[in-house]
Amino acid sequence: MKPTKAFNRSLWAFHMNSGSCNGCEIEIVAAITPRYDPERFGIKLVGSPKHADLLLVTGPVVGKMKDRLVRVYEQMPDPKVVMCVGTCGISGGVFYDSYNLAGPVDQVVPVDVYVVGCPPRPEAIIHGVVTALAKLERIEGGEH
Amino acid sequence: MSEKSAKKAPYIVPIGPTHPALKEPVMFNFEMEGEVIKDVDFAPGQTHRGIEWMGMRRNPIQIVHLTDRICGICGVSHTFAFARAVEQIAGIEVPERGDYIRTILAEFERIQSHLLWAGVAAHELGFDSLLHLTWRVREQSMDVIENLTGNRVNYGIVQVGGVRRDIVPEQHKIIEDCLSTYEGLLSKLVTLFLEDRSIHMRCRDTGVLSKEDALGLCTVGPTARASGVNVDLRQDYPYAAYGDLDITAILPDQHMGETRGDVYDRIVVRLLEVGQSCGIIRQCLDQMPSGPVTAEAKLAKLLAICKKAQGEAIGRVEAPRGECFHYVRMDGKEAPANWKVKASSYSNLMSWIPMLRGEQIADIPIIVASIDPCLSCTDRVAVIRGRSRSVLTKEDLHRLSVEKTRRIQS
Ligand code: SF4
Repeated sequence: MKPTKAFNRSLWAFHMNSGSCNGCEIEIVAAITPRYDPERFGIKLVGSPKHADLLLVTGPVVGKMKDRLVRVYEQMPDPKVVMCVGTCGISGGVFYDSYNLAGPVDQVVPVDVYVVGCPPRPEAIIHGVVTALAKLERIEGGEH
Repeated sequence: MSEKSAKKAPYIVPIGPTHPALKEPVMFNFEMEGEVIKDVDFAPGQTHRGIEWMGMRRNPIQIVHLTDRICGICGVSHTFAFARAVEQIAGIEVPERGDYIRTILAEFERIQSHLLWAGVAAHELGFDSLLHLTWRVREQSMDVIENLTGNRVNYGIVQVGGVRRDIVPEQHKIIEDCLSTYEGLLSKLVTLFLEDRSIHMRCRDTGVLSKEDALGLCTVGPTARASGVNVDLRQDYPYAAYGDLDITAILPDQHMGETRGDVYDRIVVRLLEVGQSCGIIRQCLDQMPSGPVTAEAKLAKLLAICKKAQGEAIGRVEAPRGECFHYVRMDGKEAPANWKVKASSYSNLMSWIPMLRGEQIADIPIIVASIDPCLSCTDRVAVIRGRSRSVLTKEDLHRLSVEKTRRIQS
C-alpha cells in the first residue's frame, strides 16, 4: 500500500471485547508482538477510545456489552473506522443461537472492515488493519 | 454506589468492566482509604453467552466446538473435560495413543498459556521488553500447536472418543526442537524474572494469599500451589496418560526454600511448570504406544453411540489455571439433558479479595493479573471522592503501576 497525501499520522487502535471467547484477543496481542511488530509503522493499541482512530471489536456483543460498545464508539474522535475481528462478531459464529446476544457487531455500530476466522491469524488481522488504514485515508481525503 | 462521603470515610473506586486486554470484563469496586485498599468486591459475568444453554440444544459432537470457545486460551482443557464426561456416560474407551496425544496437547497449551501470562505480568510491572521477549518465544509453541492441530487457537482437535489427528514421526523433530529451545531458554527466563531487583521488590510480599485462605476459598491450580497447597489433578487423580508419567506438583518451597504465597511465588510456580511440561511431553513422546487415535472415527456412528447414552458423569482436567470441571447428564437424547461447567478461573476469583486487601492502588494490576484470569480489566476507573468524580483509565492505572516500579528502584 502506498501512503497518500492524506496520510498524516500513525494509526492507533482501541480494542473492545464485547463478549468474545478470548481467542481473538490473543491473536490481536500476538499480532503486536515482535514476530509481526506493526509498531514499526506506528500502529499500536491504546488504552482509551479517545485516542483511537480504529476500533477493533471482538465477540458477538452480549446483552450487557451493547451499550458499552455504543459508548466506546461514540467516544472516538472522527474520522474513525471500525473493524470486526472474528467470525462470532460477524455472524454470531458458534454462539449464533444464544439468548443473550445483542449483536452481531454491525447491528450495534457501523462496521467498515470484517476479518473472518475463528480466530483469524495475526497476518489476517494485520491485513485488516491495512485495509482499515486505506479506508481512513479515503475518508480523510474526502471520499467515502 | 455507596456515598459515604463523610470526612474520612473510604471512597469507592469502580474499575471495569470494559478493558482493552485479554479476557472477560469484570467489574470491581474498591473501597479506598488514601492509597490503601480497604475492601474490594467484584461482579463477573459481563460476557455471559449462555454456552451451557446452547449446549443443551446441540449434540456432543457439535458441542466440542463450543467448548473450544469457552475460553480461547484453554481450548484443549474444556473440550478434554467435556469429552471425558461424555465418554464415561457412553462407555467409550479412548485408545491409549489418543490419550497420549491429548496429554501432549494439554501440556503445550500449558506452556503457551504460562508464557502468555508471564508476558502480561511483566507488562503490568512496566517491564515491556520482557513482555516482548516472552511473547516472541511463545510464538514457537504456537507454531508447534499449529503444526499438530492445524490451528493456532481453538484447536478443534479433541473429539469425543479421542483426537482427530495423529502425530506422525516427521512431527517429532519440530516438537523436539521446540522443547530443547525452551529448556535452554528457561534458565534465562528464570534469571530475568526471579533475579531482577524491581520484579523482586514489586512482587515479594505483595498480594499474599495464606494457605488457610487458599484452602478456604477452594482455589485451584498455580494460585493454590503458590500458597503451598499441594493440589494438582495430574498427580492426585491422574487421567489420560498422566497415570503412566512421573508427575509431582510444583510448590514454591522446592525452588525458594520457603512459601510465602505472594505474587512472586506465583511467578516461580508458573515458570517451573513450563519446564515440567517440557519434561512431560518428552516422556509422552518416548512412551507413546502405536495404534488408533480415536475410538470411533466415523462421526455418524459416534453420534449414534452418544444418542443412546444414559447417565451422568463428571470430567475433570488440570487446565493451565487449575481444575476445570464439567458435569454432563445424558438421557438417551441427542443433546445432553444437563451440562455444567466450572472453569478454573471461577474457583480462583474469590482469592482476589484477601490478596487485594491492604495493598496499594498501584498494585492492583499485578495482583489481579497474578491469578491469571487473563486480563487487566481496568479500562475506566472512576474515582469518586465526596461529590467530585475523576476518571482514571486503564492507562492511568498502568502508569501508576509503572511509576511505583520506578519509585522503588531509585
Ligand atoms: S471469532 Fe472465534 S476465536 Fe474469535 S472471539 Fe469469536 S469465538 Fe472466539
